[in-house]
Amino acid sequence: MNNPHPAIELSGISKAFGPVKANKDVSLSVAVGSIHGIVGENGAGKSTLMSILYGFYEADAGEIRVRGELRRIRSSSDAIAAGIGMVHQHFMLVEPLSVVENIVLGAEGGALLKRGIGKARAELARLSQEYGLAIDPDAIVGELSVGLQQRVEILKALYRGAEVLILDEPTAVLTPAEADQLFELLRALKAQGKTVILITHKLREIMAVTDRVSVMRRGEMVAHVETERTSPAELAEAMVGRRVLLRVEKTPRKRGAPVLEAAGLSVIDERGCETLRDASLTLHEGEIVGIAGVAGNGQSELLDVLAGLTQPARGVIRLGGKILNAADRNPANLRRLGLMHIPEDRLRTGLVTAFAAAENAILGYHDDPAFGRGPFLSPTLIEQHARAGMQDYDVRPVDPGLKTAKFSGGNQQKIVLAREIERAPKVLLVGQPTRGVDIGAIEFIHRRLIALRDAGVAILLVSVELEEVMALSDRILALCGGQITGEREAVATDERDLGLLMAGVSERAA
Amino acid sequence: MEIVQTIAVILDSTIRLSIPLLCAALAGLWSERSGVVDIGLEGKMLIAAFASAVVAYHSGSAWAGLGAGMLAAIALSLVHGFAAITWRGNQIVSGVAINMLAVGLTAILGNAWYGQGGRTPNLEGAARFPELDLPFVGALKEIPVFGPIYDIAISGHAAPVYLAVLALVLTALTLKHTRFGLRLRAVGENPAAVDTAGVSVAGLRYAAVIICGALCGLGGTYLAVSQSAGFLPQMTAGKGFIALAAVIFANWRPWPALFACLLFGLLDAVAIRLQGVVLPGIGQVPVQAIQALPYVMTVVLLAGFIGKATPPKASGLPYVKER
Amino acid sequence: MSAAPIDLPRWADTALVPLVSVAAALVVAGLVVLSIGESPLEATALLLKGSLGSLEGLGFTLYYTTNFIFTGLAVAVAFHAGLFNIGGEGQATIAGIFAALACLWLAPLPGILLVPLAILAAAAGGALWAFIPGYLQATRGSHVVITTIMFNFIAATLIVYLLVEVMGKTGSMQPETPDFPKQAVLTPIHELLGAFGLKLPSTPLNTSFLLALASLVAVWALIYRSRLGYAIRTVGANPRAAAYAGIPPARIIMVAMAISGALAGGLAVNEAMGVQHRLVLDFTAGYGFVGIAVALMGRGHPVGVSLAALLFGVLYQGGAELSFDKPTITRDMVVVIGGIVILFAGALDGLFRRLVASVLALGRGG
Repeated sequence: MNNPHPAIELSGISKAFGPVKANKDVSLSVAVGSIHGIVGENGAGKSTLMSILYGFYEADAGEIRVRGELRRIRSSSDAIAAGIGMVHQHFMLVEPLSVVENIVLGAEGGALLKRGIGKARAELARLSQEYGLAIDPDAIVGELSVGLQQRVEILKALYRGAEVLILDEPTAVLTPAEADQLFELLRALKAQGKTVILITHKLREIMAVTDRVSVMRRGEMVAHVETERTSPAELAEAMVGRRVLLRVEKTPRKRGAPVLEAAGLSVIDERGCETLRDASLTLHEGEIVGIAGVAGNGQSELLDVLAGLTQPARGVIRLGGKILNAADRNPANLRRLGLMHIPEDRLRTGLVTAFAAAENAILGYHDDPAFGRGPFLSPTLIEQHARAGMQDYDVRPVDPGLKTAKFSGGNQQKIVLAREIERAPKVLLVGQPTRGVDIGAIEFIHRRLIALRDAGVAILLVSVELEEVMALSDRILALCGGQITGEREAVATDERDLGLLMAGVSERAA
Repeated sequence: MEIVQTIAVILDSTIRLSIPLLCAALAGLWSERSGVVDIGLEGKMLIAAFASAVVAYHSGSAWAGLGAGMLAAIALSLVHGFAAITWRGNQIVSGVAINMLAVGLTAILGNAWYGQGGRTPNLEGAARFPELDLPFVGALKEIPVFGPIYDIAISGHAAPVYLAVLALVLTALTLKHTRFGLRLRAVGENPAAVDTAGVSVAGLRYAAVIICGALCGLGGTYLAVSQSAGFLPQMTAGKGFIALAAVIFANWRPWPALFACLLFGLLDAVAIRLQGVVLPGIGQVPVQAIQALPYVMTVVLLAGFIGKATPPKASGLPYVKER
Repeated sequence: MSAAPIDLPRWADTALVPLVSVAAALVVAGLVVLSIGESPLEATALLLKGSLGSLEGLGFTLYYTTNFIFTGLAVAVAFHAGLFNIGGEGQATIAGIFAALACLWLAPLPGILLVPLAILAAAAGGALWAFIPGYLQATRGSHVVITTIMFNFIAATLIVYLLVEVMGKTGSMQPETPDFPKQAVLTPIHELLGAFGLKLPSTPLNTSFLLALASLVAVWALIYRSRLGYAIRTVGANPRAAAYAGIPPARIIMVAMAISGALAGGLAVNEAMGVQHRLVLDFTAGYGFVGIAVALMGRGHPVGVSLAALLFGVLYQGGAELSFDKPTITRDMVVVIGGIVILFAGALDGLFRRLVASVLALGRGG
């Protein structure tokens, strides 16, 4: 452990995708033989940084040093040659091929496979012994469990002689037991002198296995700390950031009758993971319920299942006291019943960016008789409707004929907002209302949501911005690992308290 | 013995009819295993048939014809590759374009050059592939059952037939046992895995597309320079699409592709023999029903009613690095 | 080469890019003409004269245009739903069989009933042959492209069987049906206008041209003015947003395919009821495939489709005339041009967009 040079040293790394600055002047030093965590919210720039280190992208500026030596890494093969291996969040495996074929891919050692495969078998046997990584070399990868597939990815990197192993959100797809096994393995690797970089947004994992942690926020590196000297709450705060405190003027709520009730909701995704577990919540008229949680902990699944976009594996949903059957739980019917939805991802879900603003103003409502006669739509009526909405919501430019892709993020969001709010919802599901939206528009959107609440609408708010959740909500539920880990009145909590709930520290323990 | 004779004759014509299908099917297999969907097999065979007939006629050499056929088909393959790989264009659209280009170009050039309604002049002598006798044909002839089949069905084909069989064996071996084959199988399933392993996705796909062209060239040449004595407009008559069906049937695997092609060739051979024949009890067999079978079977298979067709996962998708 | 979409002003996107790619296609075609030792300019002059230089030529041009409008619209409607229907040939074939059955079975009916019924039968036949692939994609996951290719061949063998064995004219060596009853024949335009005292030369142009024009308007209204069209476009442009909006993609896929097939059936109406007055083999003659070029070039919009259809009508008729004067330039030239247009305006769209974008940037940069 007395190597004078760090295993990896990044300095001044910057990378932009068009106007989006994914990494801004990022520096990082990772000691040899350590487990180094990188935390940050979705979109904080962690994956981009690691993709740069692995040669998937080239940085616009900055230097990479491996064991003190300046390296230019322009492709994955450069990275492999520099002794860097990566386990991607979405496995880079070829499912119909066998384990050993996947392992040798790109490092076959000759035009014919026989020798290379033989060598790989021997090496696999050795690695299995050394790290307890037992695996059948002839198994078809697509038939393996997710945990074993990840093992193949790790073996692939080790086979190529990786000294530094990057793992991008490795536990996202694992069961808790599998995750524990993985951590055991990481410790074993460390004991052998390998260096591990662990990217995650789960603070529990950081605390469990890392030696040091670096925190990223909005493309920048904001903290480097020894894991022993920090706490989940401190890390959560650093991840979320302390911006100018949001202040939203609001009067105390006038809470009415319950409108939307969910009991024991569970969602199982196509991989068979339970992404939402036994969630129960009630929304009352005239209140905003916020969901606090680090991104990827079940918020999206909760929104989708309530909006009728996915079906729950278990659980009951009541709207206005009536139980919704599977047949009722489709977006068109829910809209008719007064449940509107501002989706998290406006570009991929909430808008058809190829359409003009006017056409997007009726997305989901194209069957409304108000927009035409019989089977036909009237462009004039649609345009009038869209123009009114755009003026009301201060969309600029007020040009219903302009393609939606050409509006700024804030104005696109206002188009969605205008469309859903103007339908006088009883329940409004709101996902990331201000993501990628400029300051002025944020204020505007917040005021609208409060006004809606004061008018008696029940609002469920999901946002990655903890501050936004705190400023707008009357009541806050914390989500962690798909489970609701706690409930607080907004006036009776603070960031520290919520941070603990978001980190999955249970109420009893706290 | 009569029945063995008949079987041998049917087998012989089955093989003759299957060979162009086999070439095109192997071509399609290479392309699609690499992730490039190719519905332009038909057009590439057609242009190869034309080019090979023209060059064989003027050079008097069938082998020169084969070279020209392969080059012509590879040229069209590269057009497809340029659109599909480099410009990430729609692979179906590009395939349709190539089929039309081939139909139009062969007709117009053939007519302009020879003025025989698009046909090329008759090929004679060395301009056609001679039929080859395999070793020991004379000696083995007298063995019952095997003898006549060896003599009539297996032996006595032209060089491209044996080349096609060789191509089949090479395809199967290369895919299974070589570095190139492994990478190719991988790139059609998950190009990102190949890319992160430090191997060029575009390079592999271009290689596959070129091999696809060469094999279409072999198939087209066989049609014009071996089976016929020259080029006829639209002489591929849908064989490229039956080959596509064979690839689907074979689940994108070489040996099953051979059997699918033999099956479709047999159907064709039987249909020809049954033309106008009245079978007792059934009456006249509708030949068209037999001809339509490969297509109907493919639709049924694709719909998952019998078995399951699973194309390479990345086929048809241009490779774009994701953020 | 970047994956980022190339941003162009709308006029460049809808008009300039297709024009540039068509111009490039014509240049390539000109090179082919040069390579066979003819003058492209002379050929062009002959082509234009033959197609537009006389009333007779114009009549033929519009007759071909009719076919391209139908097949182009068929492909365009499917495009709007994000589907690639290359089964226009097969759908038109089945439409022809349905129309022929209607004309022959319902022969006693008066024309005023028989003609609409036969047209409806054609539309139903085409719709059926496209609906099945749509249904299989929507419910069984089999790809529309492969299924429609296979359906083309199934239709081709089916029509041979029917014409040879079942519906064939007795005593004829040709695979064709008996002639349709007189009242089932669509009125030629020269007769129609002749009734008003306009003297026109006799051409195959018939009232199905009017049906084609009506279809252009109807498709425009459907796609851009109707609730169903809105749903179709949403599914085609962003299936996720469609699901969010409560539009069921599976149903829309089936409906769009059926409409597409019905439009392809118009080809059978023009050819069988308007021109041949019986059903003959191979009446689709590749019009279905050229329809793909028409739709791509016309950017899926009825106005674009009508212009592209007219262009191909000119090429077809002019090409036929041209081949009389220049026997070396056969009408296959049109197939070549169609192929290049599909390649340039379809598969290499990215390249041409990039070209236009750089030229525009150059112009702006001074």
